[in-house]
Amino acid sequence: MRAVVLGAALVLLLGAGAQEPAPPRVVTMTARKFEYSPAEIHVKRGEHVVLELTSLDRKHGFKLPELGIRSDVPPGGTARVELTPANAGRFPFACDVFCGDGHEDMTGTLVVDP
Amino acid sequence: MRIDRRELMKLLGLGGVVLGSGLPGFSLAASKGKPPEDFMFLQLSDSHWGFSGPPNPQADRTLKEAVQAVNASKEKPDFIVFTGDLTHTTDDDALRRRRMGEFKAIVSELRVPKLHFLPGEHDASLDKGQAYQENFGALHQSFVHKGVHFIALDNVSDPRGAVGDTQIDWLKAELGKLDRDAPIVVLAHRPLFDLAPQWDWATADGAKVLSVLEPYRHLTVFYGHIHQENHRTTGNIAHHSAKSLIFPLPAPLSVPKKAPVAWDAEHPGKGLGYREVEVKDEGRALALEEYDVHGARV
Repeated sequence: MRAVVLGAALVLLLGAGAQEPAPPRVVTMTARKFEYSPAEIHVKRGEHVVLELTSLDRKHGFKLPELGIRSDVPPGGTARVELTPANAGRFPFACDVFCGDGHEDMTGTLVVDP
Repeated sequence: MRIDRRELMKLLGLGGVVLGSGLPGFSLAASKGKPPEDFMFLQLSDSHWGFSGPPNPQADRTLKEAVQAVNASKEKPDFIVFTGDLTHTTDDDALRRRRMGEFKAIVSELRVPKLHFLPGEHDASLDKGQAYQENFGALHQSFVHKGVHFIALDNVSDPRGAVGDTQIDWLKAELGKLDRDAPIVVLAHRPLFDLAPQWDWATADGAKVLSVLEPYRHLTVFYGHIHQENHRTTGNIAHHSAKSLIFPLPAPLSVPKKAPVAWDAEHPGKGLGYREVEVKDEGRALALEEYDVHGARV
């Protein structure tokens, strides 16, 4: 019995040593006419992040051209946008699904800190 | 050394029509002995009829002033193209139709033989172009004027700002009928290239559209959407955006957040206007002139 317990502990230790990648940090966001909340998101350079966007009213879009990212944000659903920014800087994003008078104001910024 | 037809004519001191049919760009009209005809058209854009707000305290007058200026001009265009955002958007379907009716009544005063309309996202994105089609007809179209092929694309009735595969197939079929040297003018509301995607100044599938247009050697694009003049080239295609008739917007990505340029009370209508396009040399030479809303050359 003692030998079995020691073996299990060893397996656990070996498992910990394999360094499974840390799960991405999840940032929840909402989209509604005509704003994102939060409209400014801070992440660290190289950080693995998932943006979870939920629309509170109608279909919106999420476009972050400088990182080559776009997604629909459907009403009643959640869009997941995964990113690991390689460079620090300020990267604007915007709704790219026309949503009415104020669509042009539906913008935000991803701030990647060094 | 390769000498093109225009250079050859220049060297020979000839202007116009009679050179040989074996040369690239020789038109059907010329081959029938019919002299090519120069002409002029106007581009008006982004009148946003129904808008009200500080960026244009005279929003109920600007379009009417432009109509008066065009009517007062001695130079008469063959036609006018309106490159979208004829009306300002609204969630109210009845109000949208009322704005379209008012817009049509105002532009019906234009003493011009023909008007061609294109939708903008403010006209057509919220109802996929339903009200627009009731009032102005097809969302995309083509026509030929004096040997020049005009193709008006719809990159707005899909709220994502895409042209879509069905329309791209139609475009391929339209262009497939033409010689690679045919004179072609493409009209659209949004830029077909990535002018500033961060500001939604692009077409979602614009790269696909441009790959279809690219083989044509005498093809020019006129568009609206960005409320200012902008002149760019992609490959051998020139792209020209027009001023608006409601409020100007800042130069692409020149400020952190896109917002209308403030109204200048000392210079009402500053930054607004319309464009004249002179079409010469069988449609292969275009000359652009810009006018303010009072018809003064700027």
